[in-house]
Amino acid sequence: MTAEPASIIGASVERLEDRPLVTGRGRFAGDVSFVHQLHMRIVRSAYAHARLKAVATEAARALPGVVAVWTADDIADLSPIDFREGPNEKLAPFRQPVLAREYVRYAGEPVAAVFATDPYIAEDAADLVTIEADELDAVIDASIPASEFTAGLTTEPTVCRQGYGDVAAAFREAANVIDMDLSVGRHSGVPLETRGAIGHYDAARDVLELHGAAKVPHKNREAMARMFGRSTAGVHLYEGHVGGGFGVRGEIYPEDILVLVAAMRLGRPVKWLEDRREHMIAANHSRQQRHRIRAAVDAQGRLIGIDDAFFHDQGAYIRTHGTRVADTACGILPGPYRLPHYRVDAHFRLTNKTPAATYRSPGRYETNFVRERLMDAIALKLGLSRIEVRRRNLVSPEEMPYERPLVALGDEVVLDSGDYEGLLNKALERCEWDRLEREAAERRKAGEYVGLGLAMYVEKSGLGPIDGARVNVHTNGDVEVITGGASVGQGFETVIAQVCAETLGTDYRRIRVVHGRTDRIEYGIGAHATRATVMTANATAVAAGKVRAKALDMAAQLLQTEPSKLTIRDGRVVNSDGSDSAGMPLGDLAHHLRPLSSTRGEREPGLAAEGWFTTSHMTYPYGVQVALVKIDPGTGGVHIEKMLIAFDIGRAINPMLVRGQLVGGFAQGLGGALFEEFQYDERGQPLSVTFADYLMPTAHEVPEVDVLIAEDAASTTNPLGIKGAGEGGIAAVGAVIASAVDDALGGKGLITQIPITPQALKAIIDGQKS
Amino acid sequence: MSGRTSDPREITLSINGTVHKVAVEPRRTLVDVIRDDCGQTGTHIGCEHGVCGACTVLVDDEPLRSCLMFAVQADGRSIRTVEGLQTGDALHPMQEAFMRYHALQCGFCTPGFLMLAVAALEKRPDLNREELVDILSSNLCRCTGYENIVKAVCAAAADMKANLDASP
Ligand code: FES
Ligand code: FES
Repeated sequence: MTAEPASIIGASVERLEDRPLVTGRGRFAGDVSFVHQLHMRIVRSAYAHARLKAVATEAARALPGVVAVWTADDIADLSPIDFREGPNEKLAPFRQPVLAREYVRYAGEPVAAVFATDPYIAEDAADLVTIEADELDAVIDASIPASEFTAGLTTEPTVCRQGYGDVAAAFREAANVIDMDLSVGRHSGVPLETRGAIGHYDAARDVLELHGAAKVPHKNREAMARMFGRSTAGVHLYEGHVGGGFGVRGEIYPEDILVLVAAMRLGRPVKWLEDRREHMIAANHSRQQRHRIRAAVDAQGRLIGIDDAFFHDQGAYIRTHGTRVADTACGILPGPYRLPHYRVDAHFRLTNKTPAATYRSPGRYETNFVRERLMDAIALKLGLSRIEVRRRNLVSPEEMPYERPLVALGDEVVLDSGDYEGLLNKALERCEWDRLEREAAERRKAGEYVGLGLAMYVEKSGLGPIDGARVNVHTNGDVEVITGGASVGQGFETVIAQVCAETLGTDYRRIRVVHGRTDRIEYGIGAHATRATVMTANATAVAAGKVRAKALDMAAQLLQTEPSKLTIRDGRVVNSDGSDSAGMPLGDLAHHLRPLSSTRGEREPGLAAEGWFTTSHMTYPYGVQVALVKIDPGTGGVHIEKMLIAFDIGRAINPMLVRGQLVGGFAQGLGGALFEEFQYDERGQPLSVTFADYLMPTAHEVPEVDVLIAEDAASTTNPLGIKGAGEGGIAAVGAVIASAVDDALGGKGLITQIPITPQALKAIIDGQKS
Repeated sequence: MSGRTSDPREITLSINGTVHKVAVEPRRTLVDVIRDDCGQTGTHIGCEHGVCGACTVLVDDEPLRSCLMFAVQADGRSIRTVEGLQTGDALHPMQEAFMRYHALQCGFCTPGFLMLAVAALEKRPDLNREELVDILSSNLCRCTGYENIVKAVCAAAADMKANLDASP
């Protein structure tokens, strides 16, 4: 008897990705270059809102080294940038043109593009392009009454409505009504690598290539092929290393289209790298919403109904996501609580700001803040503890699967599995809530501003509907997994290799995982909505299972035994009873399966297989976050003394990476809770355009985080039982920090907006003192 | 006409011991020249404002932000970048620790952190955790939440010190 080797699923192994990255051999967008390439520089609007009169390009064209300068007229044949999910007639007029025509609607909007032989020359030339325009009033506040935006377009392209039950009756019945006005500031992913795009037209093969792609290469290929009237076989996207995605990288932006069109028309490769200032005003913003929310509550603090009207500050155009963030917010707002009656109106508003779209945990970071503020307010009003009010409302395990007549990401909301109260109890015990609460109260009595906060939330992951992968064993025993997934730095290759290794019985370090390449696989879902692990991993397991069966079958013939008596260990097919120690290496079996092999028999050539995984619903991981904070009353600064994230992910493939995702997400969430905000003046001028005025947390601000990874509720929607972890760390940070800071101020419900800036806090504290 | 201030100037940079003779315009930043003229793309650009630290390299063993310096200012000086950390196939203890402690996700900030930490510890091997956090807080990472970077650097500090004590 030989003991089965320990499972590699669930092992915190080192990442396959790391070696090139720690040795400076990565290949980020900026590292991609082609011979004879041109460099593009975008001329951007300095106005937030203006009618264009003239764009003068002569001086720029005259500069030696400049090859072309384009304005809207030069690309008049190109349509505005379409929605990822396909045409939408109602929203079509609000799409962003590749270069502004007639009007500019935000400071930073592309107006012209300069192509030159050197990036410094391109920048010099861009400075010589002058824009003549009549400035118009800028709309900065999304919650003022809807009006005309520009030229026949309204500031409210649509109102997303969801709900069920009888909300009016709920409020008639209610013993208590809570009313709140809550706001989330404008912030975004801000990856450390700015965007980059390199367009290359290979005339010899008639293939148009985009390098520097990310996130959803296959979807983007389809959209681009549509836009250029080419077949998808003639458009390929290549993802290299990506310096952080967070929802922002990898969408189709004007610059991506421009490098491709220029590569074709100018006949030379075209490289564009965004600078940091551009990133802050050009890449997608996110988050900004103002909720006017009311809750109907019975005498015991149980929710009867919620009525919410919120204003979603979309910025100047509707980009590739359409109204997805607002829709998701509507669908996910009720979170882990029972809610008999619900109505939400999402006023989808345009303003003269950089357009917004998804940022890690879109629609949830915002609504977790809103709903959890509401729960704290209910507790306060009814004189209940914040824990008790939550206990009374949580959906119980017996009620799972719990269907809600709501839609999130186009998918009906069905909470698949979970023991919310169980996780709450675990979290309270782990952080010693009662002790912390007592101590915080004592310290407050002694004059300190110390507070404890709690937030509960339901995340979503594994958006389907389908994904495939191909597993191929080479004759030397190395394995290649070809996926349509994408990697934005989260450890995708390692996780997929672990799943493949588990099924195939081979060393994960001998597995090479391909992603982000449209020329290697026809279909792919990419990496967004925390779906990569769930979808691609399950597809990989299916494909690897087929390869395994084929290897055993081939080996059984050669060893003259039954496949059922064989297994694979360390890359060799061996007797499962351990009687034959040598075994047959997988590489040898691949050799036997070559097309010309005489031993192959009737089997399909190749030790390879394709696997597909389909799911009808998303899976819903869930979490509890606890924070202990201390405010410095002199400066208004907030110090996090203790932080706990408890998160149930069904099953962790690599706990070290899960932890990394949760802690990293937390740090980003902390930025949005305390520091980060894209601010504008009343003329619509962006004020947060560098890292000196858009403040991201440093090693000083981020505390050590206690992470409790629970695996109590395996997902019922996929065979591996996994739920994604990508967004679980960030999702409730705004909520929990607000709860804690509020508690530090005496628990009066004073914190109604994030980020909670030092200035705002100091003002509250000074006000309390006087 | 010669002698215009914008004309390219011949400079010599030693990068990880290899001498590069390049002609550069005086306005070109050191990081651009390291990356584009010398082909060493391991050093990254995250802001060009001197805030993020992704471009940190060692100039005469001093950690500097190569986006804030003109290449001509580095003429004749000795530069170390992430590509020079390893010895043959053997990684530097700092690189090893970053892998072991999962101190990188996307890896874009990593070269800057590696160079910053190595420079600090080469000069002062006894830096404690608090001092190291202080130093590391001058660079930005958007992925990791820093915890694992701090752990890795503390672990590498011990390894580097052990190596130092072991060498004659
Ligand atoms: S690129 Fe030099 S400090 Fe950011
Ligand atoms: S690992 Fe991505 S920025 Fe640090």
